[in-house]
Amino acid sequence: MNFLIGLLSIIFFALSIAVISKSMKLNKKLSGEDSDEVALDSANNVNATGMLLFWLFGTIAGVWSFLHSKPDFLPVAASEHGLKTDSMFWTSMAVVTFAFFISNTLLFYFAFRYRHDKNRKATFYPVNHKLELIWTVIPAIVMAILVFTGWRTWRDITSQAPSNAAVIELTGHQFGWYVRYAGVDDSQLGHINYKLIDETNNLGIDFTDKNSFDDFTATELHLPKGQPVLLKIRAQDVLHSVYLPFHRVKMDAVPGMPTKFWFTPNISTDEMRAKLGKPDFNFKLNCTEVCGRGHFGMSITVFVDEPEDYKKWVAEQKPFLATNPSYLDKVPANLKAKASKYIPAEPIATDSTGTEAVSVK
Amino acid sequence: MSTALSTAEEIHAHDHDHDHEHEHHELGFIRKYIFSEDHKTIAKQYLISGILWAFIGGSLSIIFRLQLGFPEMTLEWLKPILGTWIDESGKLDKEFYLALVTMHGTIMVFFVLTAGLSGTFSNFLIPLQIGARDMASGFINMLSYWFFFLSSVIMFSSLFLETGPASGGWVIYPPLSALPQAMPGSGLGMTMWLISMTFFIVSSLMGGINYICTVINLRTRGMTFTRMPLTIWSFFFTAVLGLLSFPVLLSAALLLIFDRSFGTSFYLSEIYIQGQALPNVGGSPILYQHLFWFLGHPEVYIVLLPALGMTSEIIATNSRKPIFGYRAMIGSMMGITVLAFIVWAHHMFVTGMNPFLGSVFMFLTLIIAVPSAVKAFNYITTLWKGNLVFTPAMLFSIGLVSLFISGGVTGIILGNSALDINLHDTYFVVAHFHLVMGAASFFGLMAGVYHWFPKMFGRMMNKTLGYVHFWFTFVGVYMVFFPMHYIGIAGFPRRYYTFTALGNDGMAAFTNMNSFISIAAIITFTAQAFFAFNFFYSIFKGKKAPQNPWNSNTLEWTTPVNPGHGNWEGEIPAVYRWPYDYSKPGSALDFIPQNVPHSATPESNLPEENEEIAKEKEIEGLLGAQNESYNR
Repeated sequence: MNFLIGLLSIIFFALSIAVISKSMKLNKKLSGEDSDEVALDSANNVNATGMLLFWLFGTIAGVWSFLHSKPDFLPVAASEHGLKTDSMFWTSMAVVTFAFFISNTLLFYFAFRYRHDKNRKATFYPVNHKLELIWTVIPAIVMAILVFTGWRTWRDITSQAPSNAAVIELTGHQFGWYVRYAGVDDSQLGHINYKLIDETNNLGIDFTDKNSFDDFTATELHLPKGQPVLLKIRAQDVLHSVYLPFHRVKMDAVPGMPTKFWFTPNISTDEMRAKLGKPDFNFKLNCTEVCGRGHFGMSITVFVDEPEDYKKWVAEQKPFLATNPSYLDKVPANLKAKASKYIPAEPIATDSTGTEAVSVK
Repeated sequence: MSTALSTAEEIHAHDHDHDHEHEHHELGFIRKYIFSEDHKTIAKQYLISGILWAFIGGSLSIIFRLQLGFPEMTLEWLKPILGTWIDESGKLDKEFYLALVTMHGTIMVFFVLTAGLSGTFSNFLIPLQIGARDMASGFINMLSYWFFFLSSVIMFSSLFLETGPASGGWVIYPPLSALPQAMPGSGLGMTMWLISMTFFIVSSLMGGINYICTVINLRTRGMTFTRMPLTIWSFFFTAVLGLLSFPVLLSAALLLIFDRSFGTSFYLSEIYIQGQALPNVGGSPILYQHLFWFLGHPEVYIVLLPALGMTSEIIATNSRKPIFGYRAMIGSMMGITVLAFIVWAHHMFVTGMNPFLGSVFMFLTLIIAVPSAVKAFNYITTLWKGNLVFTPAMLFSIGLVSLFISGGVTGIILGNSALDINLHDTYFVVAHFHLVMGAASFFGLMAGVYHWFPKMFGRMMNKTLGYVHFWFTFVGVYMVFFPMHYIGIAGFPRRYYTFTALGNDGMAAFTNMNSFISIAAIITFTAQAFFAFNFFYSIFKGKKAPQNPWNSNTLEWTTPVNPGHGNWEGEIPAVYRWPYDYSKPGSALDFIPQNVPHSATPESNLPEENEEIAKEKEIEGLLGAQNESYNR
């Protein structure tokens, strides 16, 4: 399909070259020696016509290519703030396209209309303060309106996350993402210390912090539909950037400086599949800050579940401590009892003192 | 310094004995063409270096466009050039892809559009248009070029390193650029990048100081600030921008060098890489970004303002009409210069910077759209009721205005932090800045070359080749960058080797468009051969130029066709009027050069200009002082 644009432009190319070369020959015939006047007029008219043709074909190509690409743009935003920014995007786009079209039209039209004519003299028109004032003030007002609406939206997006937000931690590394959930019991993420990172504990979860006991990790990102989600974003080695294109979410992951972004997904994966008619559709998380060789492939799948499915999924997940009981050694003595609650039932671990301690807490 | 003075003395001596055999103090080949202190030679050195760099930078982009446009294609045939950067399966190496992107950006922004554009034309036009014998310091000017040359050599050699040149993007954000273990390009390639850029900064500071001094101190008698051509205003503002912002890049680079080589932690904190926890704590990668963009954003205007200035001159000349709103043009450039320093963080909305700061920068950023809009409207009004001569320079200038508008309007979208969330680091951004600063400035560069070529080399470039070059480039640039907006709106991130990981057939939807863009890029790049041929051929074989081929008003056209050392053979002309007296009512000719006094043109003087006649004596009286200044 794109070949149509290609075709159009090639035709246009061919035309312009043909016209130019023809006029060149014409010039040579007409002028013979040094009469620059004639050369100027015929080549000048060709170029002036070129401006008009460029405008015409450019407009056609612009409109056609837009309509052609539109179905492939990102589908409807799958988050609440995304709906707002999308509608603002298209409004702003309409405003700037209008300005773009009008000013380019005038530019090319004037270029054509006022092409050189030796019988005419240009109008000496150095200044008009009123006109200048008008076109300073109008863009200023339009800009002010755009900025103000943009600022309000930005303020809402970057406001404090609601207290009921599901807290999820994303950690970028070369080249992938670790996902950690705050767990079902305390919905608080435990501390992380990059010096504690080892082959199993690849996040460096600090088990001296009791909040980390119920934290669990995942290889996919599951989000509850209709509930605010607070992403706490980290990077281990170099800059990365969390990009959820379908949710219009982007935030850099910075080593040494945790960042955050909260939003509310409002379309579940299943709904999106139905909406798009693509049964294998999946939301994605990509990296948008260049981070090395594998940058382009740093992607994980994102599932937006109905709240009850999400709860179910969370309940099924095992805390890190449960899958890696050896880390119980890192837990300080006074918290051992609390931590061992998460260790799967083994013959030795299930002595009465252990359960008693838990029940006391 | 002493040489500069003695040259000036010689010229002065010249003026007095009216000895017009100005070749009698002929310098040797090396002093004349290589280590020259003549601003015109230095300008040509910058121009030719810039053109060579442009071809290198352009060809790098063609290689990665092949990868993006034809991901299935085997690039085996590039093996003779790229060697092991093409892997066994005939694919481009993934790290080399990033190196290409990085070097393309670095080369184009700094080596072509800063040195090649501002270096060439500030050097060439400032003395000629303000009526000076040379730059304030010819020696520092020469050093400026040779530091640039040294920097070029280092940057160019880094392309041949086994570990590859710098690869972390032209912004070289740490920690990626600080840690050699993060990618091979962050090893020696990055070191060379930093050394090269250090010399580059030294070069542009030397150049900038010279431009500013020359504009302030060496204007000829009568050349008040309000009679300066807009070109000079733009070079002046550009130099101010560079002088204030490049040192900040130097400090950013120095701190990065410390982090890389001396174990400091300015930008590094809590890093675990390749199975190893690094000891660095307390640094901030965001600090680097602030420092970088404190240059990086003014850099956009360093690249763009000279192009806009030259375009103002060329459009006025070839419309045979004064530039509309001369003072508004100066005012808007001044506004842009000031605002350029306080908008840098709009590149950082989603870097984790405090969102309140984001709000502040959003407001400031959208203010800068106002002076830019004023400039665009003024250009369009200048065309209105003009008598347009489409020289190749004029065509490129009109092209610049169109690209400046088309690329500029999307800046309003990107400057809006809420909208930037989704668009940041996507192809929408790539499209935006390539149009507004890349292509627009490149068009300014081309316009300048076509327009001032006769003054540089005493010969004309071929017009028809110029037309063909323009139409290919203009149509081509739009075909390359217009569709990129769509790819950006579809959420394609930049600096991606391939888009497979987007999933959901996202890649398939734009396969054709990516191929189309690549083909358009190849056509556009190939069309530059018209220019290269025309340029180098015309230097030697072009038609001999008349003294004032475009019937222009500015002073450079009052010099001999091939101006010698010192520019004017006799006295430097005085200036009595602004440079835009085109098609003045009452005047028989459609242009009145700046050195024509109002007393000579009673038929076309505006009422208030008759008062200027009284001041002409005063201006002429300054001759002694002016000559004195060259004697000192």
